[in-house]
Amino acid sequence: MQSQDIIRRSATNGITPSPQARSHTEEVAKLIDVTLCTGCKGCQVACSEWNDLRDEVGENVGVYDNPADLTPETWTVIRFDEVEDESGKLEWLLRKEGCMHCADPGCLKACPSPGAIVQFANGIVDFQSDQCIGCGYCVAGCPFDVPRISKKDNRAYKCTLCADRVAVGQEPACVKTCPTGAISFGSKADMKQLAANRVEELKGRGHEGAGLYDPAGVGGTHVMYVLTHADKPQMYHRLPADPYISPIVRGWKEWLKPVGALGFVATLAGAFAHYVGVGPNTTEEIEHEEPVLPPSDETTSEERV
Amino acid sequence: MTLGRRQFLKAGGTCVAGASALALGFTPPKAYAGDSRQYKLLRAKETRNNCTYCSVGCGILMYSLGDGAKNAKPSIFHIEGDPDHPVSRGSLCPKGAGLVDFIHSEGRLLYPEHRAPGSKEWKRITWEEATDRIARLLKEDRDKNFIEKNEKGQTVNRWLSSGMLASSAASNETGLLDFKFARALGMLGLDCQARVCHAPTVSALAPSFGRGAMTNNWVDIKNANVVLVMGGNPAEAHPVGFKWVMEAKIRNGAKVMVVDPRFNRTAAVADFYTPIRAGADAAFMLGVVNYLLTHDKIQHEYVKAYTNAALIVREDYQFEDGLFSGYDADKRIYDKTSWTYERDEQGFAKSDPTLQHPRCVLNLLRKHVERYTPEMVTQLTGTPAKDFEHVCAELARTSAPDQTATFLFALGWTHHTSGAQIIRAGAMVQMLLGNIGMPGGGMNALRGHSNIQGYTDLGLLSLRLPGYMNLPSDKQQDIGTYLKETTPATEVANQVNYWHHTPKFFVSLMKTLWGEHATAANNWGYDWLPKWDRSYDMLAYFDMMYQGKVNGYIAQGFNPLAAMPDKNKTAQALAKLKFLVVIDPLATETGSFWQDEGKYNDVKTEDIQTEVFRLPSSCFAEENGSIVNSGRWLQWHFAGAAPPGEAWQDSRILGTIFTKIRDLYRKEGGACPEQVLNMQWNYRDAEEPLPEEVARECNGFALADLKDDQGRVVVKKGQLLPDFSVMRDDGTTSSFAWIFAGSWTEAGNQMARRDNTDTGLGCTPGWAWAWPANRRILYNRASLDPSGRPWDPKRQILEWDGRRWSGADVPDYPVTAAPGSGISPFIMQPDGVGRLFGCGGMTDGPFPEHYEPTESPLQSNPLHPAVTYNPVARVLTDDRARMGHVKNFPYVATTYSITELFRHWTKHSRLNAIIQPEQFVEIGEKLAGKLNIAAGDRVKVSSARGHIEAKAVVTKRIKTLNVMGHDLDQIGIPCHWGFRGATKKGFLANTLSPAVGDANSQTPEFKAFLVNVEKV
Repeated sequence: MQSQDIIRRSATNGITPSPQARSHTEEVAKLIDVTLCTGCKGCQVACSEWNDLRDEVGENVGVYDNPADLTPETWTVIRFDEVEDESGKLEWLLRKEGCMHCADPGCLKACPSPGAIVQFANGIVDFQSDQCIGCGYCVAGCPFDVPRISKKDNRAYKCTLCADRVAVGQEPACVKTCPTGAISFGSKADMKQLAANRVEELKGRGHEGAGLYDPAGVGGTHVMYVLTHADKPQMYHRLPADPYISPIVRGWKEWLKPVGALGFVATLAGAFAHYVGVGPNTTEEIEHEEPVLPPSDETTSEERV
Repeated sequence: MTLGRRQFLKAGGTCVAGASALALGFTPPKAYAGDSRQYKLLRAKETRNNCTYCSVGCGILMYSLGDGAKNAKPSIFHIEGDPDHPVSRGSLCPKGAGLVDFIHSEGRLLYPEHRAPGSKEWKRITWEEATDRIARLLKEDRDKNFIEKNEKGQTVNRWLSSGMLASSAASNETGLLDFKFARALGMLGLDCQARVCHAPTVSALAPSFGRGAMTNNWVDIKNANVVLVMGGNPAEAHPVGFKWVMEAKIRNGAKVMVVDPRFNRTAAVADFYTPIRAGADAAFMLGVVNYLLTHDKIQHEYVKAYTNAALIVREDYQFEDGLFSGYDADKRIYDKTSWTYERDEQGFAKSDPTLQHPRCVLNLLRKHVERYTPEMVTQLTGTPAKDFEHVCAELARTSAPDQTATFLFALGWTHHTSGAQIIRAGAMVQMLLGNIGMPGGGMNALRGHSNIQGYTDLGLLSLRLPGYMNLPSDKQQDIGTYLKETTPATEVANQVNYWHHTPKFFVSLMKTLWGEHATAANNWGYDWLPKWDRSYDMLAYFDMMYQGKVNGYIAQGFNPLAAMPDKNKTAQALAKLKFLVVIDPLATETGSFWQDEGKYNDVKTEDIQTEVFRLPSSCFAEENGSIVNSGRWLQWHFAGAAPPGEAWQDSRILGTIFTKIRDLYRKEGGACPEQVLNMQWNYRDAEEPLPEEVARECNGFALADLKDDQGRVVVKKGQLLPDFSVMRDDGTTSSFAWIFAGSWTEAGNQMARRDNTDTGLGCTPGWAWAWPANRRILYNRASLDPSGRPWDPKRQILEWDGRRWSGADVPDYPVTAAPGSGISPFIMQPDGVGRLFGCGGMTDGPFPEHYEPTESPLQSNPLHPAVTYNPVARVLTDDRARMGHVKNFPYVATTYSITELFRHWTKHSRLNAIIQPEQFVEIGEKLAGKLNIAAGDRVKVSSARGHIEAKAVVTKRIKTLNVMGHDLDQIGIPCHWGFRGATKKGFLANTLSPAVGDANSQTPEFKAFLVNVEKV
């Protein structure tokens, strides 16, 4: 993938947006069928291996989930939930969690740093970490609580849907490795068709609540789930039933930013007037590389929807 | 839409701040074109290999630095699945996906090290020093303790005071060298991981069907209608092979059932799960047999034609009060004379095709299992009655000719004192249902290590020879006696009885071992083979070591301190050795058994007088060679990089030490030098044999022109053998393992073939090479009725074209034996049929029986209170004293593997340590509540043999069972952590398990013993 394939870019004005001409790219999607997932964590390892990530060796906290949560160096985790219905029938619900690659990405909307978050024509939402200023808006903007800010470099990280592999025609590392075929990859249209077939099969086996998770609140996603209990997605480790982009983020995009920009222009105009009238300032320039401090762990975890 | 106050303030505040910051010109540097990360494999060198962990044998692609140019030193930086591989199709489980961190583990050994007696540290030494000293120590001990003649004056040529463990993760080529090395020195204390793994499978399946291996293969699982997973957990232990269970479910509408003490990851995606008490599997399976017989749900035509149901058993065979006829209580063995058929005047077994005779096998079986009523079974197993009934009914529906069930099992069935008999019971169910030889059927033993099948095939077990022949015993003093006793007579007229060729296989092996020294005049070097008086399996040998009767030991790619039961006993045993040689890619616990690790390994280092060598070896990624997967495929792999540091390939380590020992014998003489010096070791470089030359040697050569009946030359002198059918017993052919003949022929290396064309039903005969004769489904002639019609037209895998059998698979049958010939499909059996009655094939009974685990929660066996335990199980005196009682240890413990880690090995891989960093045990919610244990608490688990501490995973997935009217709780103990590796330090879980073993194979009872649990 290259810059020409970018269709959306964070903090970029609408007059000269990203190149729009190459519109004939097929949208891709990853379909995660939780009914076939054994929670083996092959996807976790393949993800870290491909992306050269090595998280800390943590500890066991009394569950199978390890690492216990997404981190800047763990971009996908399996969530394990033991659920018993009224009859005592036990289900071990296993869900691979990670970036959903929303069609309407809250993180990108929220990001104030130009080009730090981009969306490619194929639908992949990617963080360009070298552009990240570590402000954490993407965390606030994400309805799925996915991005994590690194304490090492104060930058945000998440799944790239292996944009580097997809760009050369391969499937993401997690998809390739999945032993049971619980993760599939292809065009979004094909994945929806596959999901429909799976849902039909599941309904045939008596799972009336089976269905596809492709939430409209974020314009649909490029990572979708087949769920046995699609009517109750919260059962799967708090997967939001109706995810949406925070009104504050929408507000920031839709009115606060223009106001800010107006302020910026006014400031510039004032400065120009000052320059014309008074002459150049002699104070040092602000070190613009200096990152804004990230939100603390405590506040990010508050962001769960 | 809800928005918390805090969220509003924070989001709003940050937005305003951000907008202001930007408005103030506080912007990041110029936004560069948003290129994603560059693709990193574009021209990297790609090398094909196979995953080194489990027996699925997934194909892998290894990518290394440089494009293969001579000036670039390859270093493997990425590994992913090989999409062409018919089984794995690009997938890798978390272990395979993390292979790169095993290759580059911080635990890799880089140079030879030495620990002097009593010393607290390793000292780096050179290879020269190490191999000189080891050769000298081995020779000294051999010369001093070699037994040329036993007390009866019989020639035995054995050396018992030093032994060796060979690695089931090494290639076949290393295995051949291991065998030659050990036997050339007269060693009997030789074993590999099969001993602590699937040995009971071989013990059970060979007498049942003729061969001891998985009957079908991984991809074939997709053809099943019912998948019973019991005594295994493939979603965790064989995750990529499990792909084909999911395929059966999705594409074939198969019903997947799991019976296990725990609701495990396989259960998570199954259609049905029911719990069972660990150690009660035989009762469950015999209950299924009873159900099938009482409900008349057997495939009659199949049972009549293809099993020994109609054969008549001798009158003096009996089973009473838990004992079969012939029991000797003092020696704790059976005289098996009565466990056979009644004979006619020609010596053939008598038969009653009407199945009316009271002593025909089917009627004896009916009587044997009538005690296993649903009530008895559910009382013994703790399985709810309706669940048991459900499993029976689902299996029963596959008695229809067009329905099959596949049984997937692994160590959950082998790790018991009656392990082999549990598997026998499963085999009997499958025979009654007509599911053997059928695509989508079978007894599918899911083997453990990546080459444990190969090491079993190559006979790297105390009393074995390659190709499932036995090493001669003291009583077999001459070759004539040996061949007479090991070559079976045909028991039913007209049957193939392929083992009648045994002399050809044996003499070809002897020609490989002793080369030109093997002549007709010296009985092909028969005297140089060490003879045995008893088994020197690991349980027996470590007990000898514990008693101070062993001086030297070599552990190659094996970590017995972790893998053996009763770790504290193992540690004391190792401390009595004079010298220990560890050959391994990694720093294992065994190599460091003398190091004080506090509570994890509480030893007094200075008191341990063992001299220890630690020799760094290559790993799978750094060698060429072949390994055999569970489906018997020999797959060839290639090195992607050189071993790190000063590490050597195993072949070079063995070759160098062996060459030095031989040089010493040449110069100095010593005990029985012929045994050492006559072993054929004619490699281009004796110190470093090449895998390619060893693989060809394993296949075998024509040593003279081989002619057919008409005198035409079929194989020229010096040519590789095309298959085992051309072997001779006159010394004109050589072959190390007759079943591998055909693996490397004049047409080239068959194991490296990569044509993945599906010839039908998922069969890919052009991929790699399978023993025997490239057959992919064993006994496949049984998929058609005697007249040659397939039982199920949708599963036709062979057909008769008027002259020959052919089809999607290679016929496991004489290719010109026409339909209706009366030749039965189990060609390795002397009676040609599947054996419901096992005759003398088992040490503990021709029919399976439920016995309690050696440490049982029950006071006695309700079926026969006088005979509670398997009367011939391996229980040594030392170990009897180390047994616990239910009063002190009220919970049943079972040990197992989890998906993220492979035995005690992958804990060295950082990627795997990350996903399962710390030792834990699993406790059911009810028991945890009773003991006031919460998830994440530290708990102490103790048995009569020691204790471990671990984190508690409290779960709904383990239920309190009702067994014989009482509540029974089970504890799950994953067996993975230790005091070396990238994970947090942990206890070796085998501190808890007892050193008692299966009656047939001496495989330890890791799966059912007693413990107590307390919150720390």
